[in-house]
Amino acid sequence: MRVGLFVTCLVDLFRPSVGFAAVKLLEDAGCTVEVPRAQTCCGQPAYNSGDRKDAKPIARQVIESFAGYDAVVAPSGSCAGMIKIHYPELFRDEPEWERRARELASRTHELVSFLVDVLGVERVAASYRGSVTYHDSCSGLRELGVKAQPRKLLASVEGLTLKELPGAEVCCGFGGTFCIKYPEISTRIAAEKTKDIAATGAALLLAGDLGCLLNMAGKLKREGSRIEARHVAELLAGMTETPAIGERRSAAPEGPR
Amino acid sequence: MEATSHAFKSNARHALEDAQLQRAMTKLGFREARAAAAARLPEFEELRDQGRDIKNHVLAHLDLYLERYEAELVKRGGQIHWCADAEEARRAVLAICRRLKAKTVTKGKSMVGEEIAINEFLEANGIAPVETDLGEYIIQLRHEPPSHIIAPAIHLTKDQISDSFFENHQRYGKSRRLEEASELMAEAREVLRAKFIAADVGITGANFLIAETGSSVIVTNEGNGDLTQNLTRAHIVLATPEKLVPTLEDATTLLRILARSATGQEFSVYTTFSTGPRRADDLDGPEEYHVVLVDNGRTRLLGTEFQEVLRCIRCGACMNHCPVYNAIGGHAYGWVYPGPIGAVLTPALVGVAEAHDLPNASTLCGRCESVCPVRIPLPKLLRHWREREFEAKIPPARARWALKLWAWLARRPALYRLATRVAMAFLGALGRRNGRFRSLPLAHGWTDGRDMPAPEGPTFQALWAARRGGKP
Repeated sequence: MRVGLFVTCLVDLFRPSVGFAAVKLLEDAGCTVEVPRAQTCCGQPAYNSGDRKDAKPIARQVIESFAGYDAVVAPSGSCAGMIKIHYPELFRDEPEWERRARELASRTHELVSFLVDVLGVERVAASYRGSVTYHDSCSGLRELGVKAQPRKLLASVEGLTLKELPGAEVCCGFGGTFCIKYPEISTRIAAEKTKDIAATGAALLLAGDLGCLLNMAGKLKREGSRIEARHVAELLAGMTETPAIGERRSAAPEGPR
Repeated sequence: MEATSHAFKSNARHALEDAQLQRAMTKLGFREARAAAAARLPEFEELRDQGRDIKNHVLAHLDLYLERYEAELVKRGGQIHWCADAEEARRAVLAICRRLKAKTVTKGKSMVGEEIAINEFLEANGIAPVETDLGEYIIQLRHEPPSHIIAPAIHLTKDQISDSFFENHQRYGKSRRLEEASELMAEAREVLRAKFIAADVGITGANFLIAETGSSVIVTNEGNGDLTQNLTRAHIVLATPEKLVPTLEDATTLLRILARSATGQEFSVYTTFSTGPRRADDLDGPEEYHVVLVDNGRTRLLGTEFQEVLRCIRCGACMNHCPVYNAIGGHAYGWVYPGPIGAVLTPALVGVAEAHDLPNASTLCGRCESVCPVRIPLPKLLRHWREREFEAKIPPARARWALKLWAWLARRPALYRLATRVAMAFLGALGRRNGRFRSLPLAHGWTDGRDMPAPEGPTFQALWAARRGGKP
């Protein structure tokens, strides 16, 4: 299957490791992965700010760049949800583009649910010694029904214990531009989340969306917590040797070895 | 009620710093109860679909059902007062009270009553309104607005309530400061009993108006609504047009999802149907039955992208499940209706210029929509308000231009790749040592309360191009 990887802007900019983990998982499952060069962002910041005028050309760019792939996969429920649920809505007054948006939507998937629901992946080859907890990011959970799929694959990771997060379905407070428009509220919501994360006793926090992870990891680090945070794809791909989100990168020449 | 929604940001900041409020908000325990109630009823999801469809049908044929409702109501001896706005509604209520020479008016819980500020108006005209719902009674003593649509005093701790009773009940000879919730309730009941008997007019809200019978329906857990409407000479129902349902059957469908969504009860303790005044052979009931039907901006929403908000049956599930509401409580929203439903309704009813913050102060996490008994797409409606605001240039120019600049760049992939490659290389090098930033220029909103994880350095696009042997 020829898959177009929608990297997402946050993974592209902040954490390419997640993109490579996604490529590995897809290739291991037998897909041919391509990364269209003309992708930047899904347009969500404009769309959710009420700026449809700027969201549309960005969406058209995505629709055109990803024409022809058997499937379009994003390591994010939020960006996949934008394409799958919101593009058709965005073009509701432009029939031709709405048709193209719906066609793309029908081929677009969030990474982990694509592996499990479409490719029928039952297990991954990774191993991880320790306990992890998993946060269900809102868009993936409620727009795309991503809930059982990551748990199914995590259960196949050798040595891993999943400690369920109380309130796993409660928002972490990220909310895209919300986190900078209403930082005090956002931080308070994040603090409730980190309290729950700490209560699990897990050493590693996983989630399927980098935005939420940057928020939760940032809050954990500010609180001095030793709990690490990673995108679930990194662990499933067995790529946990890179420093976790917000951790010091030991390769720094002037840093301690 | 005077809106303070324009001050949302400072309202929210005060709420976050208010230790008593933060302690009180931990009591909000409806979520687990709702989930359990929904799980116990196999047809719950189907009932939600039916509830949505009933409401959509009524909204599509509102004129028809309003006429039918009026005809049935009048046939049974009731009177209807059509009011376009809050002022007309207040005048209609006052006229009834004046004619009956009312001195004391008891009140069941009514959000429309809050909306039209009926208590303040009656007081200014020499009539004493007495709230009889325990939560409403408490906040009336404290001169506060409700902070939740079904649990109006949820923002208070027991100690605060105890203080208020101690201060206010001495004039009834109650001089002991009470500690137990059951004692507080008993004392309120005793004080209120005398008010019920003294009252000349009783005002309630309505959860539903039924077109085929001309009835109004209220649900309560304390029975205060029944005493309010039965022990007085006149029962005034404050209601809005979107409360209409076609039939009794439809009302029962909605009742089955209302309490379950609100408190997790299968039914409220009391569900009261009122159809006209007391008839000759009735044992009790009011001599007069009035419905003050106030629009106050609602029908303006028909035919707009906001029409679906009129399906709301006021259960409060959206706010119970809202992370923002749970963090700041209801008062920060600055008007009658807090939480996600308030963030959609308030701009519609008091204006988007006043309430422009509310639709933005949401993470769009979608939990509200996932629990709404009539499936109102609240995140979509919040986004529609953001669109209206953007068109009207309400967001600050700086934010709008930043967005425009980013969008301009995002439409130029080659330039975007270059710009982000340079920026991330810089930030990556800067953050390499600690892996995160404790503060960042232009991002203090983020870094005041959290660290900002540093980017890894190279962009994915650059690394991918290198892996493919191409140019980055």
